[in-house]
Amino acid sequence: MDFDLNESQSLLQDSIRKTLTAKYGFENRKAYMASETGWSREMWAQYAELGLLGLPFAEEDGGFGGGPEETMLVAEQMGRHITLEPWFSTVVLGGGFLRHGADAALRQEMVEGVAAGETLLTFAQTERQSRYDLFDVQTTAKKDGSGWVITGRKGMVLHGDTADQFFVTARVSGASRDRGGIGVFVVPATADGVSVRGFRTVDGQRAAEVDFTGARATHVLGDPEGGLSLVDRVVDEAIAVLAAETIGAMDVVHAMTLDYMKTRQQFGRAIGSFQALQHKAADMLVAIEQSRSMAYFATMAGQGTDAGERRRNMHAVKAQIGRSQRLVGQQSIQLHGGIAMTMEYAAGHYFKRLTVNEAMFGDTDHHLRALADAGGLVQAA
Amino acid sequence: MELRFTGVELNFRQEVRDFLAAECPPETRAHLTSGKSPTKAMVVEWQKKLNARGWAAPEWPVEHGGPGWSPAQKYIFREELQMWPAPMPLGFNINMCGPVIIEFGTEEQKKRFLPRMRNLDDWWCQGFSEPGAGSDLAGLKTKAVLENGEWVINGQKTWTTLAQHADWIFVLARTDFTAKKQEGISFLLVDMKSPGITVRPIITIEGGHEVNEVFFDDVRVPADQLVGEVNKGWDCAKFLLGNERFGQARVGASRERIRRLKMIAKETLDGGRPLIEDPEFRRQVTEMEIELKALEMTVMRVIANETKRAGTGKPDPATSVLKIKGTEIQQGVSELLMKAAGPYAWVDGDPDAEGSNDWDVAPDWAFGLAGIYFNWRKQSIYGGSNEIQRNIMAKAFLGL
Ligand SMILES: Cc1cc2nc3c(=O)[nH]c(=O)nc-3n(C[C@H](O)[C@H](O)[C@H](O)COP(=O)(O)OP(=O)(O)OC[C@H]3O[C@@H](n4cnc5c(N)ncnc54)[C@H](O)[C@@H]3O)c2cc1C
Ligand SMILES: Cc1cc2nc3c(=O)[nH]c(=O)nc-3n(C[C@H](O)[C@H](O)[C@H](O)COP(=O)(O)OP(=O)(O)OC[C@H]3O[C@@H](n4cnc5c(N)ncnc54)[C@H](O)[C@@H]3O)c2cc1C
Repeated sequence: MDFDLNESQSLLQDSIRKTLTAKYGFENRKAYMASETGWSREMWAQYAELGLLGLPFAEEDGGFGGGPEETMLVAEQMGRHITLEPWFSTVVLGGGFLRHGADAALRQEMVEGVAAGETLLTFAQTERQSRYDLFDVQTTAKKDGSGWVITGRKGMVLHGDTADQFFVTARVSGASRDRGGIGVFVVPATADGVSVRGFRTVDGQRAAEVDFTGARATHVLGDPEGGLSLVDRVVDEAIAVLAAETIGAMDVVHAMTLDYMKTRQQFGRAIGSFQALQHKAADMLVAIEQSRSMAYFATMAGQGTDAGERRRNMHAVKAQIGRSQRLVGQQSIQLHGGIAMTMEYAAGHYFKRLTVNEAMFGDTDHHLRALADAGGLVQAA
Repeated sequence: MELRFTGVELNFRQEVRDFLAAECPPETRAHLTSGKSPTKAMVVEWQKKLNARGWAAPEWPVEHGGPGWSPAQKYIFREELQMWPAPMPLGFNINMCGPVIIEFGTEEQKKRFLPRMRNLDDWWCQGFSEPGAGSDLAGLKTKAVLENGEWVINGQKTWTTLAQHADWIFVLARTDFTAKKQEGISFLLVDMKSPGITVRPIITIEGGHEVNEVFFDDVRVPADQLVGEVNKGWDCAKFLLGNERFGQARVGASRERIRRLKMIAKETLDGGRPLIEDPEFRRQVTEMEIELKALEMTVMRVIANETKRAGTGKPDPATSVLKIKGTEIQQGVSELLMKAAGPYAWVDGDPDAEGSNDWDVAPDWAFGLAGIYFNWRKQSIYGGSNEIQRNIMAKAFLGL
């Protein structure tokens, strides 16, 4: 057991921290959000330059061979600045499919572009009826000659309005909620039959509703009817990354709250001197430290090769951090009073990101139920 | 960053399990599994076995009979004992008084007390709290006055756990009556057989005899039984309380209780089906499990830090997190155990008493579960109440 960073990890952390501190202040972020794409192309180029976009890919594919710990460090810094760029959708989600599902040829084709910041990826999963169930897929994939054509509507596709390639779940056989019969297909945004309606999400990111109408896939990842285990694997890793991002955001909003409590005077004294508020701030810290522990655990457990155990562990991670982030988000608003209700003040923006992250890939209720149904973490005596 | 146990550590876990299987008496294990506290005889027998193996004092330096384990090994050892379950080394001796003597005591004191503490030849108890000094411990009034080379103690201690078993008591007493309240306190070692000591039982809400009042009436204590410097006893007290909080995470104990809970919830019916199939109940169990998993990792982080803090003599302030979460989980699980027993939890009786449930009025596994629930409310009160822990955090971490 050793929770310290090694030298190259410290360097990595420093370089991201420096860049984001210099270029991702709250005012910068507002400007990026107001821009046409809703995020900063300039920052995106910086991430590429820092090596963040190629980080988790193998060196022979054109990446830097970083492990889950390195990705966690990046995510934490992204969370500290609640960044808007499509890092998570491209590198973590799309990148996850490339790393775990793509053959060498496809990796050769895409990784270099991703690492250079030229290719944006995303995952098209959610459907109107599916809520958080990854296996609830009605979008269809039909064999057509030597390839596949995809038909269906996908919602809440992260950065779907700028993505170049969609990793789409589609059903080849079986009923809507069968675990079998699902494949993961690659569809370029430029393919005929792809129509995209982009919008802003409540936390300032971009997403899209995407219609596939007989759109031709360029690739299928592995077994076209056995793709669910790949999806689970990619999502489990993504949950671990979200965990780290969430820690970053919680740390910042907690610190912001503490600063405010030390300076805001009411009744002739700093509000931080009131014990009722001190205890709430302490409870926030307990929640954050428990979550930080869970994020470490996630980094380990997200790599597990026993799929059942890995899923159970990630349910636990998502549920525990989910509970914590709700508490921390809500209390940071409360302890500030009215000021945190304003768009001009940063705390509310952190609260909104925490709220969205809590629900991403399943909210607390979803994961608690799933873990309970799977027998929990502890075996009966 | 390396977030896994090493092979050496995993081998050590197996070694502890093998030792437990070979040496822990089955009656002791069964007694603890039912939720009862171990009897005095069980604790003594077990600790002597641990001592023979060199494992009685995991936290002590090797020169005083500690095993020289890494923080991870200490953690594994604690966890395995709690999960077996087997009695823990007696906290008063091993985690409280022993470390204070090692840190602040004279060579004489170390030679005289430590080996007997380790082997549990002497059972120690903790004489800190008083009727007027609970959370505000430094407000204590018990006084010690030096007369002809002896300290003469007068006053009253209360809540003294298992004083009825004790051979010795470590006492905080006021030795300077003019200084600021933290500055006039000394740490004294007192033989329970000394004339002038009276122990009176306090019966707690579940009916058990676990705590006592201890009265001191002109109790004479040789001057060489004062630890550290005169009037510097508060340093010993703070040091000791920091160690105490660390032990309260009790991850292994909670895991053992959750296992037991699941076993019971499989056996007991609710609406004609095993209780464990009830989604609402199951969810409540799961909520405990996820917090426990996080706590386990938090303990690991504190342990990893411990190596770095070694020698600073100061407890890690993160122990407050362990105290709060550890006790919340234990109390939560004890509540679920009681709930699982349903109406059969209501049979009154001290769960620790010998021959309890002889009348066979409830399933054996249900007996005493309410008693344990009631008794465990103590956990968020003692060892620095959870409110006091929040105060500590607000000051030490949050700068408020
Ligand atoms: C959406 C909105 C609409 C509003 N509309 C109106 C309106 O129409 N007209 C109007 O006059 N006002 C209005 N208000 C103002 C509202 O009444 C104040 O926000 C409120 O009184 C709290 O004051 P504050 O925001 O300055 O927070 P503060 O007083 O600075 O409080 C900050 C935090 O400290 C806590 N705190 C403060 N003092 C203590 C204490 N002694 N002990 C323990 N905790 C303490 C508070 O509970 C809070 O958590 C509105 C506010 C909002 C957010
Ligand atoms: C079963 C049991 C066993 C014990 N064993 C021992 C033992 O072996 N040896 C020993 O010396 N002591 C022992 N204790 C005593 C224990 O340490 C005290 O009970 C504890 O310190 C709390 O003191 P108190 O009970 O006087 O409560 P009080 O200090 O009177 O507290 C009452 C309430 O007020 C809260 N409170 C107090 N001060 C503050 C503050 N500043 N801010 C916010 N809230 C506050 C507390 O959290 C609590 O909720 C034991 C207690 C119990 C219940």
